[in-house]
Amino acid sequence: MVLSHRLGEWAGHAPVLEEDVALANIALDLLGQARVLLSLVGDEDELAYLREERAFRNLQLVEQPNGDFAHTIARQLYFSVYQHLLYERLAAGGGEFSDLAAKAVKEVAYHRDHAEQWVLRLGDGTDESHRRMQAGLEALWRFTGEMFQPVEGLDDTGSGLDRQELERTWLAAVTGTVERATLTLPTGPRSGAWAAGAGRQGLHTEPFGRMLAEMQHLHRSHPGASW
Amino acid sequence: MAAVTADQKTQSSSGTAKAAGTVAGTAGDPADAARLAAFDAAVAADDRIEPRDWMPEAYRATLVRQMAQHAHSEIIGMQPEANWITRAPSLRRKAILMAKVQDEAGHGLYLYSAAETLGTSREELLDKLHAGRQRYSSIFNYPTLTWADVGAIGWLVDGAAITNQVPLCRCSYGPYARAMVRICKEESFHQRQGYELLLALSRGTEAQHAMAQDAVDRWWWPSLMMFGPPDDASSHSEQSMAWKIKRHSNDELRQRFVDICVPQAEALGLTLPDPDIRWSEERGQHDFGAIDWTEFQEVLKGNGPCNEQRITQRRKAHEEGAWVRDAAAAYAAKHTTPPVQQTRHAQQAPHVEETA
Repeated sequence: MVLSHRLGEWAGHAPVLEEDVALANIALDLLGQARVLLSLVGDEDELAYLREERAFRNLQLVEQPNGDFAHTIARQLYFSVYQHLLYERLAAGGGEFSDLAAKAVKEVAYHRDHAEQWVLRLGDGTDESHRRMQAGLEALWRFTGEMFQPVEGLDDTGSGLDRQELERTWLAAVTGTVERATLTLPTGPRSGAWAAGAGRQGLHTEPFGRMLAEMQHLHRSHPGASW
Repeated sequence: MAAVTADQKTQSSSGTAKAAGTVAGTAGDPADAARLAAFDAAVAADDRIEPRDWMPEAYRATLVRQMAQHAHSEIIGMQPEANWITRAPSLRRKAILMAKVQDEAGHGLYLYSAAETLGTSREELLDKLHAGRQRYSSIFNYPTLTWADVGAIGWLVDGAAITNQVPLCRCSYGPYARAMVRICKEESFHQRQGYELLLALSRGTEAQHAMAQDAVDRWWWPSLMMFGPPDDASSHSEQSMAWKIKRHSNDELRQRFVDICVPQAEALGLTLPDPDIRWSEERGQHDFGAIDWTEFQEVLKGNGPCNEQRITQRRKAHEEGAWVRDAAAAYAAKHTTPPVQQTRHAQQAPHVEETA
C-alpha cells in the first residue's frame, strides 16, 4: 500500500507517457494486493487511514521518497526482485498465503522485469544515467537488509519460508542485473544499523509521517463518512 | 478524462486558411482534380479515409490539429485528477482514480499514434504543446479544489467529452474513428464512476453533500464551454462538417448535453447553478442561461486559473525526463539487433507491415 502510494505520486510526472502507464499499472497491482491482505485482517480503510505512523509495519524501503527516476527504479529493483522470489516461495509452500501469492506472482514478475529492464537501460545508457542509477542503488542499499528478517505472523504460519535462502537468491539476482548494467553492487551495511530494519516494529523514517498526513487527511476530516 | 473539444475552432491555424475550399491549390492539375473528386466521393459515401489515401492538405492539417489537441488534452487532463490520487479518501476510490489516470495516459498514446499516421511525430507535437503553439482543452485550466471535483469532472467533463466524441467514432478519418471507439468505451465507464462518486457524497453527510454541490457549481459552466463558441461564432465548423470530421454543431451538442444532465442532476439530488434552466414545451428541449464567453476567451488566451501551472508541470516532466529518454536511446543504439536479422524477419512476414 505504501509503495503503491509512492508510485501514485508519479502520475503525470513520468519521463515518457509509456512510463506514466507502467508506473500507474504497477501502483494499481500493488494496491490490489494490499487491499486483499488488509481485508484479511480487518477493514481495509480503517487500517489504511486510521492507524498512526507507529502502528504501520511496512518496510522502510517502500516508504522512501521517489527521488529521481533512477531512485524510483532502484527501489523497484530491490523490492520487486524480493517480492517475486518471496511470492514464488509462498505460492509453492502451501501455507496460509499460498493462494494469494499464486495470484500475485504474475503481477510481480512483470514489476521485476520492468525494474530490471530500466536498470539495464539507465546503467548502460549515458554517463549521466549511469551515475544516477549508481547513486540510486547506493542510497537505498541500507534499507535492503530488513527484507530478510523474520516476520511474525508470516514466517511462522507453515509457509516453510527460509529467509536466508531467500536472501542468497535475491543477492545473486540483484548482483547479476547490476553487473549486466555495468554498475557496481553497493558495499555499505544492509541491516543492523538504526537506519534500517525497524519498519516491522513500527519505527519509520521521517518522510513517512508526512506521507501519511497527506494520505489520511481527507478521510480523517470526515469521521464515520463513507465514500 | 478526454476532452476533444470545440475550443480549437476559435484558434487560427495555418491549416485553416486553406480549409475554405478543397479546390484551392488543385486548379490546373488534372491528376489532383481527379484525386480530389475521388476523396470527395469517398467522404460522401461515408467511406473511411486511410493513411495512404490521398487527402487535401487542409484536411490533413485540420486533423493533425484536432487530434493533437485531443491527445494533449488527455495528458494535461491527467493533472487535475492526479492532484487527488495521494488524498483519495478510500482505497477503492484511490484504485479507481489511479486506473482512470492510467487510462488517460493510454488515450494520449492512442491519439498520438493516430496523429502520427498523418506524417507528424509525437515528439514534434509535444514540442508544439510545450511551446504553446498547440492547445489542449480549456477545461483543464480549472483547479480541483476538493475531492468532489474528481466526481464532477467524471460526471460533467467526461460527460461533455463523450457527447462530443461519440460522433467522432464515425469520423471520416479511419485511424481517428477507430481510436475513438476504444476511448469512448473507457470514457463512458469513467463518467459512470464520477456520477457514482457524486451520488455517494450527495447521500452522505451534510458536509459531503455540500462538497458535491460546490463542485457542481464550479464545474457546470466550464463544462458547457467545452462545446466551443456558439454556432454563429464558430468559423471552421462548416468545413469540418463537410469533411465529416464533425457531425453536429457546437450548439446542438451543448443542447444535447444539457438535456441529458438536467434529469441526472435531479437523480443526484444536486442543483445546477443556472436559474434559467427550464423545460421548453415549445422546443421539446431545455432552455438555459447565457454562457460567459469573456471568461472562455480569457482561459483560451492563457489567463485561466491553472494555465501556467499545467504547462509548467508538463514541461518540467518532459525536461526532467530527458536524461531517461537519452539513456533509453543510447542503450538501444548499443544493443540494436543487426540489420541482417531484421531483413530476414521482414521476409518471413511480408504482409505484417502493410496491414499493421
